[in-house]
Amino acid sequence: MIVVTEACTPEDTGKWEWCRVDELLNPPPDAAWNSLYNGLWITIQATVIGAIIAIVLGLIFAIMRRSSVRPVSWTATAIVEFIRSTPLLVQLFFLFFVIVPTLFTGMDVETQAKVAGFTGLGLHYATYMSEVYRAGIDGVPKGQWEATTALSLPRVRVWTSVILPQAIPRVLPALGNYVIAMFKEVPLLFTIGVTEMLFDAQSYGSSTFHYTEAITVVGVFFLVISIITAIPIRLLERRYGHL
Amino acid sequence: MATSEPVAGAHRSNGADPLISFDKVVKQFGSLTVLRDLDFNVASGERVTLIGPSGSGKTTILRLLMTLEKVTSGSITVDGDSLTHMDKGGKQVVADEKHCRQVRKKIGMVFQSFNLFPNMNVMRNITEAPVRVLGKSRDEAEQRAKELLDMVGLGDKTNNHPSQLSGGQQQRVAIARALAMEPKVMLLDEVTAALDPELVADVLNVLRDIANTTDMTMLIVTHEMGFARDVSNRVMMFDRGQILEEGPPSQIFGEPENERTRTFLKAVLEEH
Repeated sequence: MIVVTEACTPEDTGKWEWCRVDELLNPPPDAAWNSLYNGLWITIQATVIGAIIAIVLGLIFAIMRRSSVRPVSWTATAIVEFIRSTPLLVQLFFLFFVIVPTLFTGMDVETQAKVAGFTGLGLHYATYMSEVYRAGIDGVPKGQWEATTALSLPRVRVWTSVILPQAIPRVLPALGNYVIAMFKEVPLLFTIGVTEMLFDAQSYGSSTFHYTEAITVVGVFFLVISIITAIPIRLLERRYGHL
Repeated sequence: MATSEPVAGAHRSNGADPLISFDKVVKQFGSLTVLRDLDFNVASGERVTLIGPSGSGKTTILRLLMTLEKVTSGSITVDGDSLTHMDKGGKQVVADEKHCRQVRKKIGMVFQSFNLFPNMNVMRNITEAPVRVLGKSRDEAEQRAKELLDMVGLGDKTNNHPSQLSGGQQQRVAIARALAMEPKVMLLDEVTAALDPELVADVLNVLRDIANTTDMTMLIVTHEMGFARDVSNRVMMFDRGQILEEGPPSQIFGEPENERTRTFLKAVLEEH
């Protein structure tokens, strides 16, 4: 919590004012903006939900791409290449303005924005993560696959007992780095009206004309969270090595 | 089930009903022909050693039997079931993965590079397939695994991970793992080639024991000629994808008829 040292005066001093930071975090009852903590909470939701989608879907794409059934591997390749080759912002707009309103007609706009934003982030990063998984799976020696054939292990067991337990530990650091990268992309959701941190800072700025403090605090929040979450990832890297 | 017609190589059979039979098998990798019109049979309980220079197709034969490779043409039959073809609506078509899986349950293989699962301890390495494939209970599978580990002299290593074992120990675990599936046929692919010389004897002694105490059919690819002489009933000399000469070990090692066999054996024996 940031401690307030002085109350804000209506006139602009032209200097950095700590009271603005306090106002941004703890708005007065009649304020036109939400607390930045609110935006932080939404940002964390977007990151966690997006990461879960990306981690699960990325693995599914990676396994589909290795399928010996051609239509399955082609479909996965097409989806991955398409999503990787188009901008995230365009995808977010498409989801928000086209797909989500069609699928969820009764939903209020704010929820539609969240659904479009969270799944858009998750889907986009799933394609990057599928490449990471693919590298991890390719890193499992051919002899391991051959041993599963020699033992006639069923297909599902080959993956769950042998291949993935060897592939996933090695890719954990790379997956973690993508989660941090995705976290830093959450402000893009501002463009479709998700009330994440940049949204709060923007509404504070537009009602008080003090953008400097607002945008700076958003940057500091991102910086601090990114650095803290990078620590466990560095530890994983030390344990399992880089990919 | 698909049974192939009388095969061209039937005269080579030692028994009435061969356990394994290769019929005009051709295997090509791109433009390289590794096996040419190969015909041979192996009777149940027979131990056959395949020798020959590298690239002569010996290992490919084992890999075809394990369905790690597919034939280019020809057919392979194991215990009355075709490994290469299956019956589909009255027609013979190329065997799919499901069919292969059924037939290859009768076959076990030990690899040159052991290929133990590094994410599992020794016990799980051995019990995973009996539990998941044969449907044994975990208790039953562990009981059998303990017996097999005692047999290969590693009864105290159940909780170790493969990385904590020497190459020779890993290979003996791999042998136990293959035996746990109760195969009718055991394929041994240069099982001592990756081992330090002082560890080779332990592995070969385990295999000698198995050969002496069971009637398991074995196909062995090895450069250990002493071992081949001890355990096999028949030795087949390969060159350029064809059988150059075959016969009991006393004949092949004692008085080989073919000049190439002689020079090959001379080279191998000098190396050891």
